Amino acid sequence: MEAWFALLVGIFFTVAVYLMLSKFIIRMLLGVAVLGNAVNLLIFTGGRLMREVPPVIVGDTEALVGPAANPLPQALILTAIVISFSFFAFLLVLSWRAYEDLETDNTDEMRVAEPKDEPAPPLGY
Amino acid sequence: MAASTSPPVDFSAALVMAPTAPAEWLVILPVAWCLAIGALLVMLRRPIGLHPTIAVAGLVGLVVIDGLLLHQIVRHGPMTMMMGRWLPPFGIAFTADLMGALFALVAAIVALAAGIFSIADINDSGRRYGFYPLLMVLMAGVSGAFLTGDIFNLYVWFEVLLISSFGLLVLGSEREQIDASVKYGFLNLVATTLFLIATGYLYAVFGTLNMADIARKAEELRSIAPLMTLAGLYMLAFAMKAAAFPVNFWLPASYHTPRVVVSALFAGLLTKVGIYALIRVMVMLFPVEREELSFVLAIAGALTMFVGVFGALAQTDFRRLLGFLIISGIGSVFAGVAVGGPGGIGGAIFYSLHSMLVMTGLYFASGIAMRLGGSASIVTLSGLYRRNVGFAALTLMLCFAVSGLPPFSGFWPKVMLVKAALDIGAWWLAAALLIAGFLTTIATGRLFLLAYWRDGTTPAVNVAALPATTMAPLAALTLVALLIGLYPEPLLSAVQSAAAGLADPSAYEKSVFPGGRP
Repeated sequence: MEAWFALLVGIFFTVAVYLMLSKFIIRMLLGVAVLGNAVNLLIFTGGRLMREVPPVIVGDTEALVGPAANPLPQALILTAIVISFSFFAFLLVLSWRAYEDLETDNTDEMRVAEPKDEPAPPLGY
Repeated sequence: MAASTSPPVDFSAALVMAPTAPAEWLVILPVAWCLAIGALLVMLRRPIGLHPTIAVAGLVGLVVIDGLLLHQIVRHGPMTMMMGRWLPPFGIAFTADLMGALFALVAAIVALAAGIFSIADINDSGRRYGFYPLLMVLMAGVSGAFLTGDIFNLYVWFEVLLISSFGLLVLGSEREQIDASVKYGFLNLVATTLFLIATGYLYAVFGTLNMADIARKAEELRSIAPLMTLAGLYMLAFAMKAAAFPVNFWLPASYHTPRVVVSALFAGLLTKVGIYALIRVMVMLFPVEREELSFVLAIAGALTMFVGVFGALAQTDFRRLLGFLIISGIGSVFAGVAVGGPGGIGGAIFYSLHSMLVMTGLYFASGIAMRLGGSASIVTLSGLYRRNVGFAALTLMLCFAVSGLPPFSGFWPKVMLVKAALDIGAWWLAAALLIAGFLTTIATGRLFLLAYWRDGTTPAVNVAALPATTMAPLAALTLVALLIGLYPEPLLSAVQSAAAGLADPSAYEKSVFPGGRP
């Protein structure tokens, strides 16, 4: 089971990296969204996949009997989801503002902060 | 419920039963304090006139708390507080050791200086858009990163400080800032995601996230688990956060665009959190892998130094020049981490602390220069020396400090690093450190020559007298740099014992697991 998930995670990462290598911000944003999910799946798989047994201690027993699903990765993923979602929301708004103000979504043309032909520093005075 | 038949509940099986000593609260107090002040400022959204007073008072409090924490740790060794009293390694541990406390204290000093500088630098619109709450949340993130003992929690604090740094970076919403934020945002997101990927793998291998637990288990797992992969991923993630070559490009693209005080804060805090995490993970958790990767670290360090300093030589913008000097300093720290040993690691810690103070001061100087000279470009900036001699003297001292000239704070860590490099026979690394220092002297010397000594070619801009709140933080940081340079003894011994505590983390582990291994 883990092997199949590992493959799936690999596909997610491939897609994310491919999209983020684009010049266009909208594709990079899609890449970021896929990347967040890739990492979440990675953590999920890293915590080992054990199906359908919730870690609940039943009846008079005092400890878990037999294997059960690992709850910790789910807590980690929940944190990561919240964070990556807020990042995505921020970057989405930022990209929209960039498109409005800079009138481009091509990162090659975003040279406002680092102009192309800056004068060289003076060699003497 | 079978309450009547069940045996009496034994809480000590899962919880820390000993009451928390008052001193232990100091470990979490920097974070809680900053979050509380930040929340207070958010609630007081309308009376923005109160913001600077509350924030500066809060930052004074933070310096006091971090000072007390450092005092406790120097006297009693590392301290741990378990969140929710869960027994380690199940709960999130906050563990403060000497390195974390030193970084936290210097970060608090830098933030206080920036808080005072911001009174004149941040206008009403900046206050209305939440500069001060963001500043306090940034400090919560930075303090949390320095004091946490849990690696996933470290990731969370990284994100806290990153998201507040986004807010600070776009404050003003100018075209330049939006352009810079796009690059800063995307590249830093990739860096923290790499950190998260590495942490996911680490959890899959170790089954624990507590750093003391990881340090213990690494020994047994080394032969069967791919720890080298983990160390490599962490190295890349933290190198990106620290802006080391070849993953440094977000820094010169963004650090010159926000308000001056925001640049100064970022220069002092953000890259240094990356450095802190690099030292913590590579030296304390993966010492053997650091040894194996030391050549990569050394090459990256040397290249970072030269990329930084050549970049600085090619710049005309005062603040972009400083951005490249930060990168050059990161290279020196990498060299220290590569060399290892008490000299190398101690030198790296010392250099980071020095760089936090001095780079923040230099960014303040760039802000004052822009006020006095009416320009940020060293092509047009001129005659600052004639306009304000005291300011010129302070800047010159900081330029000497960043170049590593005595008697300022940059000299001693450079000495430690060069000596440590020579001791292990890495003469080329020692040479790189010295040549980079020499080139930094040229870059800052030319800056001083053109912007300060050159007679005014442009008509003097009619500026109001400088407010004391801009000069005082600059003077204070310069004074600290001078004092460290003149009397380095306490800090030297502190960084050496901090490095020793990382090389042999038994005291750190003992503070997390007081009763030995569970």
